[in-house]
Amino acid sequence: MKLIFERSVPGHGCSVLPECDVPTVIPEGFCRQSRPRLPQISENDLSRHYTELAKQTHGVNDGFYPLGSCTMKYNPKINERAAALPGFTGVHPLQPEEDAQGCLEVMHRMETMLCGITGMDAMSLQPAAGAHGEFTGLLLIKAYHKSRGDERRTKIIVPDSAHGTNPASAAMAGFSIVNVPSAADGCVDLNALQTAVGEDTAGLMLTNPNTVGLFDKNILQITDIVHKAGGLCYYDGANLNAVMDIARPGDMGFDCMHLNLHKTFSTPHGGGGPGSGPCGCKDFLAPFLPGPRIVRNETAYCMEYQNTSVGSVKAFYGNFLVVVKALSYLCMLGREGVREASCNAVLNANYMMHGLSDLYDMAFDETCMHEFVMSLEKLKHDTGVSALDAAKAMLDYGIHPPTMYFPLIVHEALMVEPTETESRETLDEAIAIYREIFQKAHENPDALHHTPAHTPIGRPDEVAAARKPVIRYDYEAVLSEND
Amino acid sequence: MGRFVASTPAEQQEMLKHIGFDSFDGLFAHIPKEVRFKGELPLDRGLSEMETDRALSELSEKNKIYRHIFRGAGAYDHYIPAAVTAITSKEEFVTAYTPYQAEISQGILQSIFEFQTMMCELTGLDASNASVYDGATAAAEAAAMCRERRRRTVLVSETTNPQVLQVIKTYCFGSGTPVKVIPAENGVTDLSALKEALTEETACFYVQQPNFYGILEDYESLGNAVHEKGAKFIMGCNPIALGILKTPAEYHADIAVGEGQPLGMPLAFGGPYLGFMTATASLMRRLPGRIVGETQDAGGRRTFVLTLQAREQHIRREKAGSNVCSNQALCALTAGVYLSTLGSDGLAQAATLCTSKAHYLLSELEKAGCTRKYDQPFFHEFVTRTPAPASVILSALREHQILGGLPLGENEILWCTTEKNTKSEIDAMVAIVKEVCTR
Repeated sequence: MKLIFERSVPGHGCSVLPECDVPTVIPEGFCRQSRPRLPQISENDLSRHYTELAKQTHGVNDGFYPLGSCTMKYNPKINERAAALPGFTGVHPLQPEEDAQGCLEVMHRMETMLCGITGMDAMSLQPAAGAHGEFTGLLLIKAYHKSRGDERRTKIIVPDSAHGTNPASAAMAGFSIVNVPSAADGCVDLNALQTAVGEDTAGLMLTNPNTVGLFDKNILQITDIVHKAGGLCYYDGANLNAVMDIARPGDMGFDCMHLNLHKTFSTPHGGGGPGSGPCGCKDFLAPFLPGPRIVRNETAYCMEYQNTSVGSVKAFYGNFLVVVKALSYLCMLGREGVREASCNAVLNANYMMHGLSDLYDMAFDETCMHEFVMSLEKLKHDTGVSALDAAKAMLDYGIHPPTMYFPLIVHEALMVEPTETESRETLDEAIAIYREIFQKAHENPDALHHTPAHTPIGRPDEVAAARKPVIRYDYEAVLSEND
Repeated sequence: MGRFVASTPAEQQEMLKHIGFDSFDGLFAHIPKEVRFKGELPLDRGLSEMETDRALSELSEKNKIYRHIFRGAGAYDHYIPAAVTAITSKEEFVTAYTPYQAEISQGILQSIFEFQTMMCELTGLDASNASVYDGATAAAEAAAMCRERRRRTVLVSETTNPQVLQVIKTYCFGSGTPVKVIPAENGVTDLSALKEALTEETACFYVQQPNFYGILEDYESLGNAVHEKGAKFIMGCNPIALGILKTPAEYHADIAVGEGQPLGMPLAFGGPYLGFMTATASLMRRLPGRIVGETQDAGGRRTFVLTLQAREQHIRREKAGSNVCSNQALCALTAGVYLSTLGSDGLAQAATLCTSKAHYLLSELEKAGCTRKYDQPFFHEFVTRTPAPASVILSALREHQILGGLPLGENEILWCTTEKNTKSEIDAMVAIVKEVCTR
């Protein structure tokens, strides 16, 4: 595919803006020497360029997308329509509160529903992504200990199965990390946890169901051990899609958490973002929440700033239009619908695992939650076909592979999360494809090393990309070539 | 009830049976009873799509949508070309995840590579990332990039947008980094105060172009002072202004960041917006978040991939420079399409329109009795003192569906214009201001 710069022709362009109807002013002495080299392209060519790019982009709409831990459920179109309403898109973030009552009501309703679903008491919609929500939650923990003059608590405990963002967020919040190994069953090792906690424990970060797709049965003991040591418990909400209306983090002993509206609440991921990572907490941490609190008094909604807050983690109030999309989703699902979503997310995962477990080794062969992890270690040993090879082979069938090589505690891991919005037929087709790949691995392993064969490009040379980074279009190289 | 679950209750029962369960209860039987939720969620009954459509429309109608906007202060009301909306609504772009599987994600990867190139062109710097959450978090991440063992203190000009300053402070509270605000004098950073504050322990200094008051500062002198002490110089830039203004590279900035919202994103009550970040080649490997690079596939075809991942959280965990995972990719696409639609001439035209209208508005407001607070060069925002209380002026404008500037004090307003504000609209607005001020 041509880059848009390669389609550029001097003099081409779109006519967008009008002539200047006031005296023209040029900021003398402040002007750049040369113009930025942006594409010069007609609207038709522009449109075709991006249509071509879209054709080479696999979204949820293009096929099965069981990317573990990412909850790639269908993104209802009504969400998009709601977020495009001029009554939302045209609101200036600094217009008077009385002129933004609709926006404040959206936020207030969303906070209330999310508190209910999670068992938290208060919520801030300001964080823009899951990792951003984690960082925020850790700042709450930091501010809490500080407010009590308990400055010795500098360590955050993170299981070795955790998402990489957990330790990275904790480090950004100024904590040092204590990694605890998982037990043989993939859950938290209570003895290891007991040994790890102490007077320096600020808190624990955990997701439940955990990253191997299991609900940690010892969850109450786990949070109790941390609390008894004086620490707080942080819940990573990445896997909340498994437990809505089934079990709430707030009832499991967690003190604060984040949610991913772009996972659990059906807002699309946009090729990497924008997401939304609301941070929720129990009452005792609420004074530290970032940004304004949305309060409803007798006549109106208003914003209140708390002087105990950790500050703002983002300008304004978060990715507001993403919140609108999630509200639209929750309006449609209603109370019964969220339960139905979680039930079927778990059903679909178990159904798919059941259809594969006679061939593939499951990392933990028991009832899973919304996702399951396969280990291809034995397959690799027997045939030389790795998790990467199997994943790449799936591309030729037009489906997105599962998450690869995560969690780190499972060798040759493939983590499968079908979500509730896939039909039985789609799951059956996927099962058949996975099984066929398993057979091929034994019959003709070499062929799988060279997959995919039917995609626009083959496997990229990632080593070369990192060794000699080319991260922008080089006009000079093209110019010198033309000389 | 609206539903997006594909299978019917009967099919669900069959599937349950197939895997050895009688009911959903069985599926969740392994969850300890003590943590099973027995209450009732605070959600209403589910609605049909039509009812949802109506409910959300009604909510949106509770907001006031102004016909004319003269307020900026970090969120700018620019014209969004139709092509931008149409292209960025394509379902493939909207519904894709982060492009982990390059073979089926060349489109989104290439769009990011193109975005990175355009940001380098705008700022004049060598390397761009694929975006962060917004301009404020970009500034905070940039400050974090500059921290070294012996250089920990972050200096920020008082002329910074307060939202940005707030976020820098919050991030620095997290990492235990000292932040010092450099005072302003007549609307610009006090150079001698900056020189006094710079030490061998200074990591960086952050200043905006234009600053919160719309003013263009003496970035040359500021940058020189910073570099003399061996610290890094970070500029927060308005990307539309970069259509004509000197680049951060021309001012020898080490890092440029900014709020990308003006590049095709609606006001939307503050988000989603776009944080962009570019840096000199020597700082490339310290950039946070995703970066797309060019390479080849097995067949020698040009190919784009996520690269330099050894910087990132999923590889380095607690040793990563940043925790950024999700970014604002669709907003980066929006900026790319916007900049391609306008081209360099169009962007320069937008910038010239913005600043010309602002200068015209100032001259008209002066005729209405307002006085300019800072005698400094400015781009498309400026502060005036007002003969009548700001609140009185703003409510008079509100009655005419006009959102006036942001009140900064009892008798002070920060005004903003963009290419959208026509001369006749400005004249009509000033007439109202004049009427209020001579009452």
